[in-house]
Amino acid sequence: MHDYTTLPSTGLPTLPKAPSGIEGLDEITEGGLPLGRPTLICGSAGCGKTLMGIEFLVRGILDHDEPGVLMTFEESAAELAANVASLGFDLPKLQADQKLRLDQVHVDRAEIEETGEYDLEGLFIRLGHAIDAIGAKRVVLDTIEALFSGFPNQGVLRSEIVRLFRWLKDKGVTTIITAERGEGTLTRQGLEEYVSDCVILLDNRVIDQITTRRLRIVKYRGSTHGTNEYPYLITEDGISVLPVTSLLLNHAVSNQIVSSGTPALDEMFGRRGYYQGSSVLITGTAGTAKTTLAATFAHEICRQNQRCLFVAFEESPQQLVRNMQSVSIDLAPYLANGLLRIEATRPTLNGLERHLVTLHKIIKDFKPAAVVIDPISNLISVGNLSEVKSMLTRLIDFLKVNNITALFTALVSGRSLHQELTEDGVSSLVDTWISVRDLEGIGERNRGISILKSRGMSHSNKVREFLVTDQGVQLLDVVVGPGGIVSGAGRLAQQQHEQAQLLTAQQEQQRKDRELERRRRVLEATIGNLRTEFETVEEELRRINDEELTRQQTLVRGKAQFTQPLPLQSKRQSNS
Amino acid sequence: MLSMENTADSTLYNADDESWELRLYIAGQTPKSVTALANLKKYCEQYLKGRYALEVIDLLKDPQLAEGDQILAIPTLVRKLPEPIRKIIGDLSNVERVLVGLDIRPIDVKSPR
Repeated sequence: MHDYTTLPSTGLPTLPKAPSGIEGLDEITEGGLPLGRPTLICGSAGCGKTLMGIEFLVRGILDHDEPGVLMTFEESAAELAANVASLGFDLPKLQADQKLRLDQVHVDRAEIEETGEYDLEGLFIRLGHAIDAIGAKRVVLDTIEALFSGFPNQGVLRSEIVRLFRWLKDKGVTTIITAERGEGTLTRQGLEEYVSDCVILLDNRVIDQITTRRLRIVKYRGSTHGTNEYPYLITEDGISVLPVTSLLLNHAVSNQIVSSGTPALDEMFGRRGYYQGSSVLITGTAGTAKTTLAATFAHEICRQNQRCLFVAFEESPQQLVRNMQSVSIDLAPYLANGLLRIEATRPTLNGLERHLVTLHKIIKDFKPAAVVIDPISNLISVGNLSEVKSMLTRLIDFLKVNNITALFTALVSGRSLHQELTEDGVSSLVDTWISVRDLEGIGERNRGISILKSRGMSHSNKVREFLVTDQGVQLLDVVVGPGGIVSGAGRLAQQQHEQAQLLTAQQEQQRKDRELERRRRVLEATIGNLRTEFETVEEELRRINDEELTRQQTLVRGKAQFTQPLPLQSKRQSNS
Repeated sequence: MLSMENTADSTLYNADDESWELRLYIAGQTPKSVTALANLKKYCEQYLKGRYALEVIDLLKDPQLAEGDQILAIPTLVRKLPEPIRKIIGDLSNVERVLVGLDIRPIDVKSPR
């Protein structure tokens, strides 16, 4: 994961370091603990001091083949082995392989009677024997302070402890010494005076009933180191320190587009959807269908045959599936075939850091194409704003680096627009910000959706009204009234008004058509009359004409009879 | 446990019959170790004559033996027998504390009773 060999070289020899193998710690210490020197880990009860020591040994054995000795002054070897077995550390096996040596030092004041001068040479001999037996490079002394309760002569003890640390340094073993935190001092017995090379302070803080563990490097002689307080976690895989600021903004980006699941919403974006690997924030007041929009998106991702992780902080998986079925978003089949995974937890179940690590773990296992978190505003109940912001920063960065599209919903309370600008301080982190809100008019509420920003593409400036119907989310067409865009009943009124106008116009048109028809018919009738009249006249004229012609013919014929008497007989015959 | 009346008798009984097994852990011939051994031998001859077994273990030679008796301080004297096991650390120069630590009662104190 991290490459420690490429540390910036200054030409001068840097302090040699032993990688602890603890996730994140080597990043903060810029390479690990000081090699061949003692490191003090102090903290109050339950901080994981012992665990950190054991993990240092186990990682050393497994990752760097450096055998280790664990000298415990409190717990027995069997107890320790049982305690860390849950983290997958098999101490008995490592012991059998001669890689690890456990030595339990039992100090009982009742058994010990002081009768003169003494020293702790026995401890040196035991430790020396254990180190030499397996060639150990790493040593953990778990709560050496227990000696103080066993030996009454503190003067001897202190000088012996100083001698011990000196001796460990000479041996060249990298040592971790754990110590309980004292009142006003780092350790109860002031061990920090003797261990001056590296001091790591573990802290266990309860804020609002939720524990957050933090780690700070108090000093690290001869080396630069991260100076902040870093949250750390004890997870199933051991200790995980989460450096907040070590992530860089240099991830690759995708040019591909994923659909929001609502076609009309896609159309509001210049490129018909979100960029893959971008982060989308949907904010809105209560009951503005944020979850429905989120589920629509998850459904769409699954429909594309890609995996989607849905983190629900408010609803159980069953509840979510049932509720979404009521709007025809059927998540059940995808849940069954494993494309969809719903992680439902109460935000207060864990601290923020634990949530983050849990998400990291699930994402690494599940490898989703998209992650939906519904809603992130609930996380505020776990931490304060800046903590939530830093957690989300890391989460978003993590998702971006892995090219996972992220969709968050967030509840905004109140109606002031300023809220939009500062909400969670997350807005600057996300690429696309969609706002859903109530458009409350006269006696009704309507839902409006608008895009506040969308990095890298143009987007619609309209507030679109949308309905959650049996068929899912539907965006209504934009209706522009005299006073701008109208919604709800206003929309209906506007639509009815328009319809009435349309009807009137249609009726007017029909009336004109009928009038024209009538005129045409009148005209046609007139034309018919005229034509009839003309025909009469024509007939009359033709008749007169014919009669005139006949008379003329008769005249001609009469003239001919006069000139030709013979055919008269035959003419008569032919006429009969 | 024994009642008060029996204490003196049992102690006498123990002192007379029980064998003592002592083990002294040292690390090389340091002044403290040498002093401790010399002192121990003196007490044993004085109070436990004839019924003690003394074993001296040099941890520089046998470091693995340190773990068994949970030895931290050098020199350490361990009373293996009689039970219970007791440990005395230091060079044994303080006589009274050695006797209390080992639970040895000087015979001349008890005999007048």
